[in-house]
Amino acid sequence: MTAAPLLTVRNLQAWYGRAHILMGVDLQVDRGEVVALMGRNGAGKTTTMKAVMGLLDARAGSVTFDGRDVSALPPHRIARHGLGYVPEDRRVFTDLTVEENLEVGRQPPRPGAPAWTPERLYALFPNLAEMRGRRGGRMSGGEQQMLTLARTLMGNPSLVLLDEPSEGLAPRIVQQMAEAVRTLKAEGLSILLSEQNLSFAGAVADRACVIEKGRIRFDGPMRTLLDDEDARRAYLAV
Amino acid sequence: MSFYLVQFLSGLATAATLFLVSSGLTIVFGVTRIVNFAHGSFYMLGAYIGWSLIERWGTTPMGFWGGVALASLAVGLLGALMEVGLLRRLYRSPELFQLLATFGVVLIVQDVASAAWGAEDLLGRRAPGLKGSVDILDQPFPLYDLVLIGLGPVVLGLLWLLFNRTRWGTLVRAATQDREMASALGVDPARLFTGVLFLGSALAGLGGALQVPREAVTLHMDMAIVVEAFVVVVVGGMGSLTGAFVASLLIGQLQAFGILIFPQITLVLVFLFMAVVLVLRPYGLLGRAEDAPPTAASTGPPLVLASGLGRWAPALLLAALALVPLVAGDYTLIVLTEVIILALVAASLHLLIGLGGLVSFGHAAYFGLGAYGAALAVKHLAAPMPLALAAAPLLAGAGALLAGWFCVRRSGLYFAMLTLAFAQIAWSVVFQWYGVTGGDNGILGVWPPGWASGKAAYYWLTLALAGGTLLLLRRAAFAPFGYTLRAGRDSALRAEAVGIDVRRHQWLAFALAGASAGLAGGLYAFSKGSVFPTLMAVPVSVDALVMVLMGGIQTLSGPVVGAAVFHLLETQAMSLTDWWRLGLGLVIVLLVLVFPKGIAGFARDLWLRRVDR
Repeated sequence: MTAAPLLTVRNLQAWYGRAHILMGVDLQVDRGEVVALMGRNGAGKTTTMKAVMGLLDARAGSVTFDGRDVSALPPHRIARHGLGYVPEDRRVFTDLTVEENLEVGRQPPRPGAPAWTPERLYALFPNLAEMRGRRGGRMSGGEQQMLTLARTLMGNPSLVLLDEPSEGLAPRIVQQMAEAVRTLKAEGLSILLSEQNLSFAGAVADRACVIEKGRIRFDGPMRTLLDDEDARRAYLAV
Repeated sequence: MSFYLVQFLSGLATAATLFLVSSGLTIVFGVTRIVNFAHGSFYMLGAYIGWSLIERWGTTPMGFWGGVALASLAVGLLGALMEVGLLRRLYRSPELFQLLATFGVVLIVQDVASAAWGAEDLLGRRAPGLKGSVDILDQPFPLYDLVLIGLGPVVLGLLWLLFNRTRWGTLVRAATQDREMASALGVDPARLFTGVLFLGSALAGLGGALQVPREAVTLHMDMAIVVEAFVVVVVGGMGSLTGAFVASLLIGQLQAFGILIFPQITLVLVFLFMAVVLVLRPYGLLGRAEDAPPTAASTGPPLVLASGLGRWAPALLLAALALVPLVAGDYTLIVLTEVIILALVAASLHLLIGLGGLVSFGHAAYFGLGAYGAALAVKHLAAPMPLALAAAPLLAGAGALLAGWFCVRRSGLYFAMLTLAFAQIAWSVVFQWYGVTGGDNGILGVWPPGWASGKAAYYWLTLALAGGTLLLLRRAAFAPFGYTLRAGRDSALRAEAVGIDVRRHQWLAFALAGASAGLAGGLYAFSKGSVFPTLMAVPVSVDALVMVLMGGIQTLSGPVVGAAVFHLLETQAMSLTDWWRLGLGLVIVLLVLVFPKGIAGFARDLWLRRVDR
């Protein structure tokens, strides 16, 4: 295996209309690593994820994924290189059944990444197994969150961008999500997750990057952030 | 009894054709969110191509059905081509641009079809083996129509299987709901949409080719069918296949029995039905509410009153125009009179689109109502010109008040479709009410009296009336009324939250725009000396939209500039070549692709950029 990071983001900038949101974000994710992108509301977490995924037109800077420059590719090409994206607002296809939602995400398996089938995913998320024929629109928020993650995994990605996985979920579901993330890490999947919830991030992440006003202000082991009260207070107000 | 049964069956046969065409339209709309005017052109091309193939090979059943299938495939390919070359670039444009772009294609296809197949109606061969009729309760019924009746449900079933039981169909439904999410999952939406356009257009082509044995193939098939298909799709619920099927059945029967009960107003009946359905069920019979009602037009930077010299520009322009008769000849004055009238039409439409965010696809109705108001006053009341000119905005304004009450209840595409429906109602009334309007023959002899009959005198009269109304519209834009309209356009919810009755203001704007267009219509009637139903037809509405678009919707002067450029181009092109439709179509397509902000908007951007430096 090469030591090169799986994902390298250099000087990533992004705009919404005239508003300059990302001022030059630098971060990287190594193979098998779980990185938490932390920051307050409006700091640029979601924008970073969307820009990496190619979902924003107004972006600049370089994004290298698995040895390829993907910064100019459209989203579907990026996804086909093995980069998965789970949006914060879930966005399940409400008219489609659970099975059909999974079908939309299906891509051929790729070497070096865990391979998923609906059956394996139903084993990972037993709730989903019980509602294969149910429409996405008739599921609870937690179930939708599970489905969104499962749907992205159907593409057999090597890295998943997981945007605010614990947002708006009941504590019991947050617990399940954390377990799922740990299982995925054990499978060899790399994950970049954005979080405001320090305890969730602390429970699953190896490393933390703190973003504020469109720039990375802290990059180090999760442990260090958890132990460094000043840094926490300065960047996360906790 | 048996007579009614046969009538019922022929309604079913009509419904089958309607369903083939409108299923394609609704599929394309569901996925691309584009209302494809060119869908009717694909139907027409299907009929023409089918006619050619059937003439050649249609003597055997194999040849006949092979020809039908081949025509459908060919039209499907054309649809795919249109997606790649045109629509793909417009998915993020405002709807107005999308509608206009597809209308540009309509014009292009018109001229191409006329060049390829000639202007004569073509009678096709009948289907081999299905030429006869069967007796149903002692009434003869064409065998071919029975086949068509069976085809409708078969196609519905096949489409259902395609969308619900195949991976392609699942991906299409996913992309329909959330294009961005689908692409983030590795689905290439562009390829999917090309496929959808192929399918939708092939269905239109199939519908057209299947008509060959039933009716003559003509150059008028496109608009006739597309307007009916719109009605079906809107009544059924935009994007709903089953809805299109149910609506086709209802409208097929409405036509079959409507012709027995109200032979005079069959056309009106269909549109009336649509208006009633939309008022009772805003999203059609089986449609569902849109999550975010699509916006009609991008708003751009706010309007500001020009300062310095710019402030006096309109007054200076009017003064300069008033001096023109001192130097110009009659021909120039005639053209300029028309330009001023059209400028008023465009500006009144701009009040709705630019300030209200309401894209009307039936503005010609009020222009036409004005013209007929004046002409009817002259013909039936022997009214003198001033009185007739006063009748013009009155009739148009009253029509706009009535139609507007319904239309402003909906926004976005549904508003556009409702305005189109009311324009078609007005057109059918004028077209079919022979005793009063003279129908097709129009009303002749609407001339100004002696004092205004000179070209210069009539020019001055037009300038005074239209110019005055233009200034009034301009004033309205910067009055609280205009601010309220714009607030309602930018955020209806917030405007209502601060106590503005958005709907009421939109209704008033609709009436004001209608009355202004009506005055233009009255002036137009006296300048031409006659009025015809074509004044209210769809192409006139589209012309007005093109003027507004050419000038740019983000400036007040835009529509005036657009009207001038458009009319001069049109008069030049029509005198130079028979291919003006092709030319106009290409101009529209290019405009939409190259100048999404219109000419005036483009110029202003250039100007602002210069000032910025």
